Amino acid sequence: MTNNLQRLTLADYVAGIKAKQFTALEVRRAVHETIAAKNSQLNAYVTVFDQHLTKTYEGQLGGAPITLKDNILIKGERTTASSHVLDKFKPPYSATVYQKLKQAGAAIIGKTNMDAWAHGSSTETSDYGRTLNPRNPEFLPGGSSGGSAAAVAADMTIAAVGTETAGSIRQPSAWCGVVGLKPTYGRVSRYGIVAMASSTDSPGPITKTVEDSAMLLNYVAGQDPHDSTTAPNAVPDYTSFLGKSIKGLKVGVLYQDVAGLEKVNEQIEHAAKVLEKLGATVTRAHALDPHFAIGVYTIVQRAEVSSNLARYDGIRFGNDRSFFGSEAKRRIMLGTYTLAKGYAEKYYLTAQKVRTLFINDFEQLFSQFDVLIHPTSPGFAKKTGATEGEAMFGELEDMLLEPSSVTGLPGISLPCYHDSQTNLFLGLNILAPRFREDLLISVADAFEKATNWNTWRNR
Amino acid sequence: MAAQNFTTQQVKHIAALANVPVSVEEERAIASAFSETLTVIANLATIDTSTVEPTAQTTGLENVWREDLVTPETMLSQIDALANAPATAQGYFVVKRILHHDQ
Repeated sequence: MTNNLQRLTLADYVAGIKAKQFTALEVRRAVHETIAAKNSQLNAYVTVFDQHLTKTYEGQLGGAPITLKDNILIKGERTTASSHVLDKFKPPYSATVYQKLKQAGAAIIGKTNMDAWAHGSSTETSDYGRTLNPRNPEFLPGGSSGGSAAAVAADMTIAAVGTETAGSIRQPSAWCGVVGLKPTYGRVSRYGIVAMASSTDSPGPITKTVEDSAMLLNYVAGQDPHDSTTAPNAVPDYTSFLGKSIKGLKVGVLYQDVAGLEKVNEQIEHAAKVLEKLGATVTRAHALDPHFAIGVYTIVQRAEVSSNLARYDGIRFGNDRSFFGSEAKRRIMLGTYTLAKGYAEKYYLTAQKVRTLFINDFEQLFSQFDVLIHPTSPGFAKKTGATEGEAMFGELEDMLLEPSSVTGLPGISLPCYHDSQTNLFLGLNILAPRFREDLLISVADAFEKATNWNTWRNR
Repeated sequence: MAAQNFTTQQVKHIAALANVPVSVEEERAIASAFSETLTVIANLATIDTSTVEPTAQTTGLENVWREDLVTPETMLSQIDALANAPATAQGYFVVKRILHHDQ
């Protein structure tokens, strides 16, 4: 690989194709060579599609190689959600996000690895083997969109689409040192996405730069007649919010009073200073204890999972329920328990009420601040094997992201620190009110350009 | 919502409700995992939610309608619908017999 075309960002790809600096074919070859060189070690992909080298792609994305998490259905192409239950499943229809990207001219090059059924925050619970962190293969990439984030970090794709229920876009993005944007719940259609928790699931971009995430969001956002939870709100041109000044923006810093976060909060303080230099006013803010969000998320997610995974009966498609892994079985069963007669009020109803408290808390915070910031993760990526025997690994790792996930708020994570010894990253998470992805993009873009944490900028 | 110790009997019962096959070893592992989970979420009981309304979904949307039209995009042909089934017969899904007594 002498041309390094696999290192292109999506923006540079689109511009370069237009300017005829290279061809779609050349870039696709470079990406496929990278996959061939790295995937047997990193295991980011469940399925790599044939290279379709003779295909031409109409549309603005001009054949840009993009990968989808393996819970996103493509008609006729193997889709497993990284579970043996769907080992040979070929969907009879395609997800809306796939159709939109296809129409825009993307080349979907494969399906990436995930925690089976998205039940995890490590990609270690995939039925097809764990994915490794490309920054340091002794460590996990995070999850459940670990394959997506790893593929982006290792230039095994130009951009990716993952999904988040509570941290599954933002946390692996932070652990792999890339950008992950979880849109407002209802901004992007869930039609054709293997359902996990229907009230919080959200597809979203995982990319090399903030600019790339804005570009991808333009293509995947929008109301969908196939998904009645999608919003009728107009989709702005998210790229128009790049390069904007954040002078006078009011930023609130959350979770600085949470025990055990001293190391990561130190880096958030540095990030806050960067934002201040850019003209924002940054103030500490007190939020509802995120430890309560663990309970809300645990109950709501498992309850909805027990319902959503009831459809896998092995009669109409897929293998039977004995093919579920132990994590899936635990979650289905705990969900059944929290919805059972005599327990639903105690658990499910209580969780929905505390969800309201989090919604109210954020409303109150956004009456004082334009955006909120906090560490994406309580720490760096964990070593491989860290999830073994841990029933609540994901829920504890995602504690800081669960409040925004269960309340449907949009959030973006981008790198804000790099440890030169381990080569691992920390992520800064930015939150905005519902449908204010414009603020996320403006702030994140300003931060990215004012710092040196991005692997692909300032080359 | 005090933390409780789950018995394998309870796990057996839930497995039956959830239609999830579990082995004897799995029953024990699940029982201890359940206890651990319920301990972690026990803090919810310390919040006063007596005057709080539950939120089931965050969109605020209600009664989202569309025209009652049948279009190709909203249909699955019989062939497509049966394509992934392990057993079919004459355009039907084949299921295990559940009625064993001739009426």
